[in-house]
Amino acid sequence: MGEYKGVMTFAEQEDGKIHPVSYELLGKGRDIADKLGVKLSCVLLGFQMKNEVNELIYHGADKIFFYDHPSLKEFDTIRYKQNIVNLVKEEKPEIFLLGATHLGRSLGPRIAVAVKTGLTADCIDLKVDEEGNLIQIRPAFSGNILAHIKTKTRPQMSTVRYKVMEKRERDPTRKGEIIMKDAEVVENSGTNILKKEKAGEVNITEADIIVSGGRGLKKPDDFKILHELADLLGGVVGSSRPLVDEGWIGREHQVGFSGNTVKPKLYFACGISGSSQHLAGMRDSDIIVAINTDPSAPIFKVADYGIVGDLYEVVPKLVDVIGKNKNKVLS
Amino acid sequence: MIHNSGEAANERPNIIVLLKQVPDIEEVKFDTEKGTLDRSSAKAEPNPFDLNALEAGVQIKEKLGGTITVVSMGPPQAESALRDALARGADRAILLTDKKFGGADTLATSYTLASAIKKLGNFDLIICGEKTVDGDTGQVGPEVAEHLGIPHVAYVSEIKKCDKEGFVTVSQMGEYRYLTELKSFGLITVTKDINEPRLPSLRDKLKARKSEIEIWSVDDLTNGADRNKFGIMGSPTSVYKITIPSVEGRRGKIFRGTPDEATKKFVEELEKILKV
Ligand SMILES: Cc1cc2nc3c(=O)[nH]c(=O)nc-3n(C[C@H](O)[C@H](O)[C@H](O)COP(=O)(O)OP(=O)(O)OC[C@H]3O[C@@H](n4cnc5c(N)ncnc54)[C@H](O)[C@@H]3O)c2cc1C
Ligand SMILES: Cc1cc2nc3c(=O)[nH]c(=O)nc-3n(C[C@H](O)[C@H](O)[C@H](O)COP(=O)(O)OP(=O)(O)OC[C@H]3O[C@@H](n4cnc5c(N)ncnc54)[C@H](O)[C@@H]3O)c2cc1C
Repeated sequence: MGEYKGVMTFAEQEDGKIHPVSYELLGKGRDIADKLGVKLSCVLLGFQMKNEVNELIYHGADKIFFYDHPSLKEFDTIRYKQNIVNLVKEEKPEIFLLGATHLGRSLGPRIAVAVKTGLTADCIDLKVDEEGNLIQIRPAFSGNILAHIKTKTRPQMSTVRYKVMEKRERDPTRKGEIIMKDAEVVENSGTNILKKEKAGEVNITEADIIVSGGRGLKKPDDFKILHELADLLGGVVGSSRPLVDEGWIGREHQVGFSGNTVKPKLYFACGISGSSQHLAGMRDSDIIVAINTDPSAPIFKVADYGIVGDLYEVVPKLVDVIGKNKNKVLS
Repeated sequence: MIHNSGEAANERPNIIVLLKQVPDIEEVKFDTEKGTLDRSSAKAEPNPFDLNALEAGVQIKEKLGGTITVVSMGPPQAESALRDALARGADRAILLTDKKFGGADTLATSYTLASAIKKLGNFDLIICGEKTVDGDTGQVGPEVAEHLGIPHVAYVSEIKKCDKEGFVTVSQMGEYRYLTELKSFGLITVTKDINEPRLPSLRDKLKARKSEIEIWSVDDLTNGADRNKFGIMGSPTSVYKITIPSVEGRRGKIFRGTPDEATKKFVEELEKILKV
């Protein structure tokens, strides 16, 4: 294992724009690399992204491996995997991190198998023990527990959940090395993207304020009440699963284990009981507000603020009071 | 024999569905103090997303014909999940069970499943759930694909087209929805949005009760597979501790009383939090 050295992260891009999770990985990667006294490198695959490469250095990387090739412009699991596997075999990092995005969770497992190592899924914390081993902490059992995991092979690989690690402040004076790599071109990867389109109007995972409704709502139209509050606060509307399954609202709004994982600054759960599957998607929100008629609803256990009451009375009242004090509240 | 890349799929596809038996999460007891979990009282059931995988297979079969083979690795009791799968439309069920498969992480699990698939040979499509409700990694599908050297598409929410040319899938990645063509054969992982699994009829349940479940052990796979890669031996990761997510740090301020009072008090707090 001695020959494996350094921390490497994967920089994810879409339309030539770096996904913010990549900067968070560099933030955490920097801490770990400093602790181990090793270098932090980063791999980027894309096409014509010269400016973005420097951003990775400004956010903490010492060295960038850049594969600049038209075949890597769009994500293709096999093409990406092949090039990263080549690099990991050459560079032998002791730690390799990817974002636990859809892309990272589709790509990471293939890399792990190809380099014959372990992969820990969807980590929410990473630490280093006295021997320099990576301690990986992740939710499992539908979010009911946290598993602490070690990996005996190298590299130690993890996918890391978006919005849990801190990125570093951008430092445009930081210097680093950019290494241009020749891409291995995979002609036929077996899949072919025919079309790509925006999945929905809202991207709930990026929202700072979410007002979610559950089965406490009586009919589809009543989402309007929640929209009013969300609009007033500059937020978006979310939902528990049953209402999505009923077709009351699009699935891009679903929060939870089989929907989106969110981490807004402010999360309102209106008429949501707080099942473990719902909590799995929102329990790390900065501030949780619960509105529920049942004082024993489990959602109150994780709430910062709870209002025991009928959402049909409380939410319009909130809209009213906040609206009147708008300048004061939303300064 | 696994199809070579580029070769067209069978007109009547051979489909493999990977299905795991999991505990009913509502019945698992989590001990907050000790940081342990007790599955003993929890009823076992097929992983919910794997029923979506099976239903997707059944719908393809209804259209094109072919066969569905369900493969599961697990303890002998996992037989009941496979019977359920037979009742829901699978033609053949294989249980990989052996003490030596125990303690497997996703690398060893996927290696074991891939070894069984190689032994089965001829297939056109492998369908998995997006993740399980217990281990919850979502890694086994893409890892099986890598062991087999075949392409995969993850998070499939719709199969737009399936014919002898191949499959066209709809899947979501971040902000975008992709329409992806899987040219000849491969693996997909499906989300709950792909379908609503049908309930098996009583007749099918009774029939499944009498059907054969094939049991394969380590010795059935070692022709071609490396036994050191199974189970705990082949597993680089290990869970060494379990804790319960804490609610510490939550303010826990609950307001009761008339909606007027409660709302007023809450909005005073909200003013403070939105300022910082
Ligand atoms: C594999 C699997 C995956 C799942 N994935 C998800 C997921 O991603 N997201 C998800 O949310 N669920 C998911 N679930 C479902 C989950 O188990 C719960 O069934 C669901 O979260 C319950 O939704 P709810 O809170 O809206 O409804 P309920 O549990 O019925 O709660 C409704 C609440 O509204 C309150 N209420 C009623 N009337 C009012 C009123 N007028 N004013 C205020 N409060 C009122 C009630 O007191 C109650 O607490 C999943 C389940 C499984 C098995
Ligand atoms: C608390 C805890 C945390 C864990 N964390 C990790 C981790 O981070 N990394 C790691 O490598 N291992 C981990 N494991 C081990 C992992 O759960 C097992 O390897 C398990 O056998 C498969 O993983 P999964 O349940 O996550 O399946 P997933 O990868 O979530 O399953 C995806 C799909 O693959 C198929 N599938 C999965 N397992 C089987 C099976 N046995 N038979 C047939 N089909 C199957 C199903 O179609 C399923 O829907 C963890 C285990 C526990 C108990």
